[in-house]
Amino acid sequence: MNEMLKNPAVLREIIMDHYQYPRNHKLTEDDSYKKRHMASDSCIDDITVQSKIEDGIVKDICFDGVACTIATSSTSIMSEMLIGKDVQEAMKLVENYFNMVEEKDYDEDLLEEAIAFQNVSKQANRIKCATIGWKAIREMLQESEGEVNE
Amino acid sequence: MVNVKEIRKDFPMFSNNPDLVYLDNAATTFKPQCVIDAVTGVYTQMTSNIHRGDYDLSHRISTAYDQTRTHVASFLNAEEDEIIFTSGASASLNMAAYGYGLTNLREGDVILSTEAEHASNILPWFKVSEMTHSKIEYISLNEKGELTVENFKKAMHEKVKVVAISYVSNVLGYINPIKDITEIAHEMNAVVFLDAAQAVPHMKVDVKELNVDFMSFSGHKMLAPSGIGVLYGKKDILEKTDSYMMGGGSNARFDMCGNLLLREIPYRFESGTPAIEATIGLDAAIDYLEKIGLDEIQTREAELKRYAIEQLSKLDNIILYNPDAETGIITFNIKDVFAQDAAGYLNSKHIAVRTGLHCAKMLVDILKTSDTIRASLYFYNTKEEIDRFVQVCSEITLEKCIDIFF
Repeated sequence: MNEMLKNPAVLREIIMDHYQYPRNHKLTEDDSYKKRHMASDSCIDDITVQSKIEDGIVKDICFDGVACTIATSSTSIMSEMLIGKDVQEAMKLVENYFNMVEEKDYDEDLLEEAIAFQNVSKQANRIKCATIGWKAIREMLQESEGEVNE
Repeated sequence: MVNVKEIRKDFPMFSNNPDLVYLDNAATTFKPQCVIDAVTGVYTQMTSNIHRGDYDLSHRISTAYDQTRTHVASFLNAEEDEIIFTSGASASLNMAAYGYGLTNLREGDVILSTEAEHASNILPWFKVSEMTHSKIEYISLNEKGELTVENFKKAMHEKVKVVAISYVSNVLGYINPIKDITEIAHEMNAVVFLDAAQAVPHMKVDVKELNVDFMSFSGHKMLAPSGIGVLYGKKDILEKTDSYMMGGGSNARFDMCGNLLLREIPYRFESGTPAIEATIGLDAAIDYLEKIGLDEIQTREAELKRYAIEQLSKLDNIILYNPDAETGIITFNIKDVFAQDAAGYLNSKHIAVRTGLHCAKMLVDILKTSDTIRASLYFYNTKEEIDRFVQVCSEITLEKCIDIFF
């Protein structure tokens, strides 16, 4: 793993940067996109994630909504990590991320900037913030896998 | 005077959590030992079901249960048969909205409410209006978010059959002018449904003086266990209210030909075995509150609130949304920090507050934000706790909110 990503100051900067300048932060009217509105009673984050999954490839991901630093930055990082990946590869990255957040075994080398959320489980009530966008994409990836199998 | 040092000894949550500053009392409150003892007493000494048991133990617990109804009635200056036990304020509000609304509202009738209501006070009416083809209209709030008699008068008209509002807003903490509103509503033949969940725990509430038709609140926000709530209804209004939950406890006799004799009010509204231990816990909780005195409690909370506002106003990173509200609800934000991030930082310093997302456009227009932090006080909070809360608020920056993750 990149040594830089072990430095808390760098990790903090990554989160700040993705919060203040979130990537892929827009929604589209294009109805070839799948869409998930993520809002729950246990948390005030309220975001919508869209994805275009075609020919087994994640062609695009975008999102918007009202959300905290952790929800916004984790979703922004997710979008950058997964765009261009094939569905199976994306699914592997998603599961690896959930393993990290849920304190199970995970592969650090697959996480890239998402390693910034390594300690999120220490603030247990914020796990939902760090996973809200990832849950949305996981559902959409699963749905697209189902479609391929059919 | 409330001797807060002595009072705090009655609450095991304080000694078990010495670092915690609990400022989420509008969500639920801690329980004093006497309430805990009342609940465990049911389990260790009185376990049996109420009513109809042909043995002494059942008689004992039935008496304790019925005594709570008598106590709640005197606490609210109501009659005993106007007190219905429910599982909480939400159940009370639903019972009243469906039970009265579905049988009494017609197409074109209007339900009048505000955009500052708690979901539990407005969502049942969404459903009732859909089912009866009646309409919901909203009273405008003033620039501070208050409900004024003047605005209420403007919104009132002859089609309004139901007025559904709160006594104290759970977002902004203002005490609404219910007595005046009820008078005007009654002159125009509308029935008043009062959500008093944020009022009954904090001030003296007299249903005869307010003259409301229905009123609801929860036990757990006033030192009692969760699972017990109250619906007060005026006797003549309850006569016109359908008991939509049927079953054991609601009927006196029935046969297979469909003949049914309902029990008298209030029992016909109480099907099934209730939360007996929680109800008996409510009895103990009211005892405790009465010993301190509701007026004392209100004065103390107002004093704590003033102190908190005074201290918070000195900070330049704070936005206060309801500095003038007399109750212990403080709604605020840290400048340039999303509510949940600031609440996360407060949590990392063992200060418990709650964030809220406001959907109502009117409220967003007044607050100029969709998300806020709420700190809510109870009489057992201290100035020292407020000092710690203010100190931590003063430190909050976006960077620090992220630092808690490293």
